[in-house]
Amino acid sequence: MQTIMNSLKNLYRNRIFLLMVLPGALWFLFFSYLPMLGTVIAFKDYRIHRDGFFAGLMQSEWVGFENFEYLFSTNDAFLITRNTILYNFVFIILGLVCSVAMAIILSEIVNKRLAKVYQTGMFLPHFLSWVIVSYFTFSFLSVDKGVMNQILAWFGADPISWYSETKYWPYILTFMNIWKGVGYSSVVYLAAIVGIDKTYYEAAMIDGASKWQQIRHITLPSITPLITILTLLAIGRIFYADFGLFYQIPRNSGPLYPVTNVIDTYVYRGLKATGEITMSTAAGLYQSFIGFILVITSNWIVRKSNKDNALF
Amino acid sequence: MRKKKHRDVHHLSPMMNLVFNIIAGGFALLCVFPFLFVIIISFTDEAALNKNGYSIWPEKWSFAAYEYIFKAGDQLLRSYGVTIFITIVGTLISLVTICLFAYAISRKNFKYRGFFSFMAFFTMLFNGGLVPTYMVATQVLDLKDSIWALILPLAVNAFYILIMRTFYSTSVPDAIIESAKIDGAGELRAFITIVLPISLPGIATIGLFSTLGYWNDWFNALLYIDNPNIVPLQAMLMRIENSMQFLMNNAQLSASGQSLELMRSLPAEATRMALVVLATVPIACAYPFFQRYFVQGLTIGAVKE
Repeated sequence: MQTIMNSLKNLYRNRIFLLMVLPGALWFLFFSYLPMLGTVIAFKDYRIHRDGFFAGLMQSEWVGFENFEYLFSTNDAFLITRNTILYNFVFIILGLVCSVAMAIILSEIVNKRLAKVYQTGMFLPHFLSWVIVSYFTFSFLSVDKGVMNQILAWFGADPISWYSETKYWPYILTFMNIWKGVGYSSVVYLAAIVGIDKTYYEAAMIDGASKWQQIRHITLPSITPLITILTLLAIGRIFYADFGLFYQIPRNSGPLYPVTNVIDTYVYRGLKATGEITMSTAAGLYQSFIGFILVITSNWIVRKSNKDNALF
Repeated sequence: MRKKKHRDVHHLSPMMNLVFNIIAGGFALLCVFPFLFVIIISFTDEAALNKNGYSIWPEKWSFAAYEYIFKAGDQLLRSYGVTIFITIVGTLISLVTICLFAYAISRKNFKYRGFFSFMAFFTMLFNGGLVPTYMVATQVLDLKDSIWALILPLAVNAFYILIMRTFYSTSVPDAIIESAKIDGAGELRAFITIVLPISLPGIATIGLFSTLGYWNDWFNALLYIDNPNIVPLQAMLMRIENSMQFLMNNAQLSASGQSLELMRSLPAEATRMALVVLATVPIACAYPFFQRYFVQGLTIGAVKE
């Protein structure tokens, strides 16, 4: 009785704060926690029920890990896992190199106003949706009107049917990812570089250090913690692909699926195109589960190196 | 004098400076060029397009695409309207929800702050995945073909709450709030009259993030919207693209009456590019002015507390 009274009193005392978190808490309940509960679909032979979602959940039959067994018996599971991890791996490494290099270049350019203009230009792709960007790529890759085939024709080569030839797509997708992301991520590194104490450089100059030596021994070591953290966090998300990149840029072209299908597009197609709801849920849960382990692990590593930089 | 010293620290040989300018400038141009190219295509004469393909300097210029859109563009106007509506309403809802939630969990005298912080941040680690989310949205919340399907799913985001909470805890000293409370202001009043005005830069950052998110969203429309009356701008562009793809993939069908009908209802090449331009211009014109808020949000997000 006493404890109930106490907790009621506490609730009353915090009523303003509770009202403040209410809208957000409801949102999390409906858009995050109910779906988490809904992942039990992956362990059921789910049928849509006319009495709604919960009735469907309750009345579908348990099948244990059958959906997962089925998923991993197909070739798709291997393919989408490989594509997701390999692409993200390349994106992380190449993106890191390009954005750190670009940040250093921007910080070294003598005319600061010009550097600002370049930075603004590079930032543009970040503000465009993948739908818009897919029109951009189409203007280059269109079979009959695109720039690439015009250039090929100019050299006397045969036109390439870009949207059905798989071999070019790993390069195209990587290029587009870098193109869209470097301006944005170099900004973070640039902010860190600008924050480095100028006296280090002055001291290095008095000692006769060249520009390259300054970059290697002052600039890079100073931003290494930031590089480590951002990279580890990116590795934590290596199981999640950028849906827009893999769905919009290849224009959902069927012949390209072997090199463009990733976990996210697979789950989406299972839900909306092929209707394999249970298997699609299983694939989604597989992604969330491995993703969870990876985020926890990478955060644990970040935390070990520097507590302040950990996500939690 | 100081300026000279500064330049000495960053001495870069004229040759290297040139190389760096070429690399950075070249990449910046590469980033902007496709957009300029699409603008040029949209001003190209349709016959010249069919003859020469896309070219940087068209044989013949034309305003026909834009004239066509402004004459027959009710779908464009409608989609513009939908996008503007969801952007404004969505950003407002999201700002109110996020600012309140983040403020409550930033206050040390909120007894349940640990619980609600965990509630928000756990969603950054684990999620139910697309299918259960879709099921809840369509079967529990009944969002299928509703305008709210374009607004609610994007309204809250744990990352924005994290940024906003960090902003409160770094820029709003506890002492100010305490002194307001000594003066007799309640928790809510202190928040509205003191905390909000100080936090305007943070609010602007979150507001811009979410404005951009709504303006560029096509994914929720792809999932939930079939009704052509509430298709936002980006999704409209995607639909046009998909119908083209459908025609191209089914070349043998092209002769049939049905696909001729579809072909005729689709805008011509230049018109499609003009639609892309009209969807992009507002953002392309606005972002240089708001850039610094995005940078600020990024750096807050990266350094945390």
